[in-house]
Amino acid sequence: MDAAVVQTVRAPSAYLLHLADNALVLGQRNAQWCGHGPILEEDLAQANISLDLIGQARLLYALVASRAGDGSTEDDYAYFRDATAFGNYTLLELPQYGPLVGHAHADMDYAITITRNFLYSALMAPLWQQLAQCADADLAAIAAKSLKETTYHLRHSRDWLVKLGDGTETSHARMQAALNHLWPYTREFWTETALEQQLQAAGVSLNWHDLAEDFQALVDEGLAQSTLRLPVQEPGYTSQGKQGIHSEHLTYLLTDLQSVARAHPGAQW
Amino acid sequence: MNSPQTASAAALKEWPLWEVFVRSKQGLEHKHCGSLHAADAAQALVMARDVYTRRQEGVSIWVVPSKAITASQPDDKAELFDPAADKIYRHPTFYDIPNEVGHM
Repeated sequence: MDAAVVQTVRAPSAYLLHLADNALVLGQRNAQWCGHGPILEEDLAQANISLDLIGQARLLYALVASRAGDGSTEDDYAYFRDATAFGNYTLLELPQYGPLVGHAHADMDYAITITRNFLYSALMAPLWQQLAQCADADLAAIAAKSLKETTYHLRHSRDWLVKLGDGTETSHARMQAALNHLWPYTREFWTETALEQQLQAAGVSLNWHDLAEDFQALVDEGLAQSTLRLPVQEPGYTSQGKQGIHSEHLTYLLTDLQSVARAHPGAQW
Repeated sequence: MNSPQTASAAALKEWPLWEVFVRSKQGLEHKHCGSLHAADAAQALVMARDVYTRRQEGVSIWVVPSKAITASQPDDKAELFDPAADKIYRHPTFYDIPNEVGHM
């Protein structure tokens, strides 16, 4: 075989960490429902989704660690990096409540959870699909596995989006408020930063045009069924979580997530 | 105003009950494994997946509206089932199975 042809393509670690951080942070957020779900079935559903996401994060962290070849492990990336080193989208770290917190009489609003899971899954389903075909074989394998899980997450969140959006007056109002609150954070999906440029340079080319179209088609279909409307997009701040510039919420979330590992570094079960 | 707890309890009362049947990898038949409340059949299926198959228990799920099941009455137990108790000859235990037949 021609040696020039078998050049190994490797996605940059920063991009793998971005994907992993997305999954870990949303997994941790959704896990806040564990024991507090609105009904038992949804309690279990959110725990299942969290475990899927944390599983995806682990595979990606482990891949980064093995490629770093410096003896680091997946735990070093999950537990011993600070907020500014995390590259997740800001959307995923926001708390489980939105502007309707007073109305909802709780600091956990399922409308936020469902809407966020829907928006993230609508992005990740076509993205995993593209990555499953990419030139980085390890990443492609993780993407193929994650795609099955994400397809289910999309189905679960879309079902509830429709049920609650096209439900009672109250449920509709809460879903619309959640969408109005979260939608502007999806702008970050489409800003081109060094992350996307490095990925392209490394030989993992994504078709961002198709991705944006697929995402919008999934969103439009779900919203049409739900009788929800996208808020008018006004020019304004675009979040920059993937560049390490986060809301304050991530710090609290990470403190919760990392405190035990940091109090007892290297502890074994 | 309703607390979230009473609101979800009210929702559960409105949602019909579904019986869940799961077929395991090795099994040939769907076995009853429990019941749950859901707004419609599609949602019952998704919920059954999350509640009853998360430890790889199944490869197929049925959900059936509980109200579609007609059950025998516990009070009828004597007339329905007791008469079979003393008729052991209905079990084919008095035959020698030829070796060629193998396991039955």
